[in-house]
Amino acid sequence: MASKQPRRLAIESKGLSLWYGDFQALFDVDLKIREGKITSLIGPSGCGKSTFLRSINRINERHSYVRTEGTVEVFGEDVMGEDVELVQVRRQVGMVFQRPNALPISIADNVMFGYELHTAAKPSRFERDNLIEESLKRVLLWDQVKDRLGDVATSLSLEEQQKLCIARLLPLKPSVLLMDEPCSALDPKATAAVEDLIWELRGEYSILIVTHNMAQARRASDECIFMLMGKVIEHTKTEDMFLTPENQATADYIEGRYG
Amino acid sequence: MSSSFSTTDLNVRNQRNERLFKLLFGLITATLILPVVIIIGTLIVKSEGTLTWAFFTEDPTNGMTEGGIFPALVGTLWLVAVALIASVPLGVAAAIYLSEYAKDNWLTRLINLAIINLAGVPSIVHALFGVGAFVLFFNFGTSILAASLTMAVMTLPVVIVSTRESLQAVPQSFREACWSMGATRWQTIWRIVLPNSISGILTGVILEVSRTVGETAPIMFTGAAFFLPFLPSSVFDQTMAMSLHLYVISTQVPHVPEGLPYGVALTLILIVMVLNSVSIAFRTYLRGKKKW
Repeated sequence: MASKQPRRLAIESKGLSLWYGDFQALFDVDLKIREGKITSLIGPSGCGKSTFLRSINRINERHSYVRTEGTVEVFGEDVMGEDVELVQVRRQVGMVFQRPNALPISIADNVMFGYELHTAAKPSRFERDNLIEESLKRVLLWDQVKDRLGDVATSLSLEEQQKLCIARLLPLKPSVLLMDEPCSALDPKATAAVEDLIWELRGEYSILIVTHNMAQARRASDECIFMLMGKVIEHTKTEDMFLTPENQATADYIEGRYG
Repeated sequence: MSSSFSTTDLNVRNQRNERLFKLLFGLITATLILPVVIIIGTLIVKSEGTLTWAFFTEDPTNGMTEGGIFPALVGTLWLVAVALIASVPLGVAAAIYLSEYAKDNWLTRLINLAIINLAGVPSIVHALFGVGAFVLFFNFGTSILAASLTMAVMTLPVVIVSTRESLQAVPQSFREACWSMGATRWQTIWRIVLPNSISGILTGVILEVSRTVGETAPIMFTGAAFFLPFLPSSVFDQTMAMSLHLYVISTQVPHVPEGLPYGVALTLILIVMVLNSVSIAFRTYLRGKKKW
């Protein structure tokens, strides 16, 4: 099991620069994200944290005016290499979005959606039921929805939808989970619930979270990265960053002096 | 007793203006209904007695001054059906390409410009194009095929634009969700985008049908006949059509009893109104079922 070799790197970027047309959004970003940990990316709006996140599963690329330099590796393999199958990258690097985007199909079909995209043979009834139950249990949603798996997922509450969005990644056995402000559309109670869930997944999955919420970064991550204007300013253990930030800009930001 | 919330002279004047403008705009709007009411009313009154069962099922007789409209009715069905078979697949495919695949570059902008211009071409110009392209160049002769293809080219922009709008109405976040799990464009379109936009696409198609029913110019040189004593047996035959039949008996044939053209016109309008109502009812129904 992966967790027995904790020294591996889940994500490593080397000299990553990215341009949207003429605008440079990332400057020479070198980052090492550790396996089995939760790492938060913080920084003011427009600092490049979402851009960085979105270049790991290459979802940035659909904009034809995006250009990148440098490399991003997931468990030692370059995601942008010549013979890399983009669909395989997306399969192994799961993503959770800011606004829950459960698909307008049944709850069960949502859980199976990704799995079926990547599986040639139709799963047996037994396999299917098992996967659905296992995934929904893992995200603490099974008890609420087990009697209405056929209901349209978009009728769920936002909290339930966001959990479902995490659940549907699990049958794909992703090696990395990327989360782009996963709680910012949720109320405080739902935020706490989803945060607990993310903490629960720690260890089994390597998770990189973009967040605007300092308190969330502080209580729900192992390591913290502070970015500013497309550059990495500081990357340390979370407790160190919030107690003794090395950089003045970091200190100003986490104390709420800007952002 | 005067308080700080009492009405002032200025308030009174503003309220009078408010009522005045509301009334004025209301009246202007109401006059828009007038033409519709007058047209339909006149048709109903003047066509009295002509709309019998026999009117719909019999051939025109006695130099088209008596009898029914059966061949024209059947001919219109042929024309609309063939036009649909040609324009819907093309239009929907083009709309899917433009909405889901095309990048925003000069070529896409050029295509969009072409579509807008195609929509602006007068129908008589389409008719002449149809003669040149389908009747002569492709050598289909004056036939249902040539007439329907001409109408298909004419209605293509409508289908493309309405389909593209229906596709664009599907939230982008659904596409992102699919792509982020490794779905290809086509998997995303087939599993999520199309099932959620099919209602809008069909509505556009029905509206296109209702428009095609009434067109006269594009078919009069390309396939619609003045008078034919038999029904078409294939798309290479000529045919009578409702719209041209109305034009012919109103202006070209002497001694037509007054009720007859009114009856044809009323039938034509009824077909269009029924189709539009179906389309509106359908849209309302599916909107109610929307899942997000």
